[in-house]
Amino acid sequence: MLKRKAMKVSDIVKKLGLTVYSGVSGIHKEVTGGYVSDLLSDVMGHAKEGQVWCTLQTHKNVMAIASLKDLAAVILVKGYQPDDDMAAQSEVEGVPVLGTKENTFEIAGKLYDLLK
Amino acid sequence: MMHFEFDIEGGDFSKAGFASSQLKRILKQLVTDHKVVKKTVVALYEAEVNVVAHAYSGKVIIDIDTDKIQIKVNDKGPGIEDIEQAMEEGYSTASEQVREMGFGAGMGLANIKNNSDEFNITSEVGVGTQLEIIAYLEII
Ligand SMILES: Nc1ncnc2c1ncn2[C@@H]1O[C@H](COP(=O)(O)OP(=O)(O)O)[C@@H](O)[C@H]1O
Ligand SMILES: [Mg+2]
Repeated sequence: MLKRKAMKVSDIVKKLGLTVYSGVSGIHKEVTGGYVSDLLSDVMGHAKEGQVWCTLQTHKNVMAIASLKDLAAVILVKGYQPDDDMAAQSEVEGVPVLGTKENTFEIAGKLYDLLK
Repeated sequence: MMHFEFDIEGGDFSKAGFASSQLKRILKQLVTDHKVVKKTVVALYEAEVNVVAHAYSGKVIIDIDTDKIQIKVNDKGPGIEDIEQAMEEGYSTASEQVREMGFGAGMGLANIKNNSDEFNITSEVGVGTQLEIIAYLEII
């Protein structure tokens, strides 16, 4: 079987035309998959290390969860921007906060295509 | 072997997760079994959030031994009348404001149970709630 080349956060930023809001120090992290949810306990219970989390939640607690779960990055959908304390926490944790104008369905579909 | 305590303030979501991120930092240096670290921080995070979302104040007490991690989370708060119902996935009394933040899915206690080796909960209405979370470490 052909092994796909490892995809990094920087690769998905380029390929999906994402905005990088914060946490640039984590841009070379490897991406193993994606997870879509706006329920924090759902992410806490089911997301896996290395996944990119698509959400419309823009507060600081998102970064606590992303960091505890060793997620690769967070993508904010529909043009949402991180609250100041979310962006600051993303710098502290070194987990990038990215953004897109697209909605969750569209960006998750493209991400799936890239990673499958 | 090691003992840590953290205070939790009810209602202050900006500090929710502080004890769990500290615990993660500590365990990463002590424990080689990453699965145990991951599970345990998930359990503690949910317990912390419950104090912030549902109680007035609380204390986290962590004891790390060579063969296990024991965490107690004791709060002063309204307590839980029906623990069995509270444990049901999807049951939540969280406020609208808390739900808008993405908390209050009613999955927290289930997450704690699923991510601990032993989980005990006791509660007294009008007084507070006590959790005990135990994770066993594999010593090779
Ligand atoms: N520390 C606590 N003090 C008082 N009530 C609690 C506490 N923890 C949980 N509960 C009650 O149990 C319910 C379920 O908790 P949980 O499964 O964590 O879901 P959620 O926090 O999302 O509501 C809560 O909505 C609340 O009614
Ligand atoms: Mg909860």
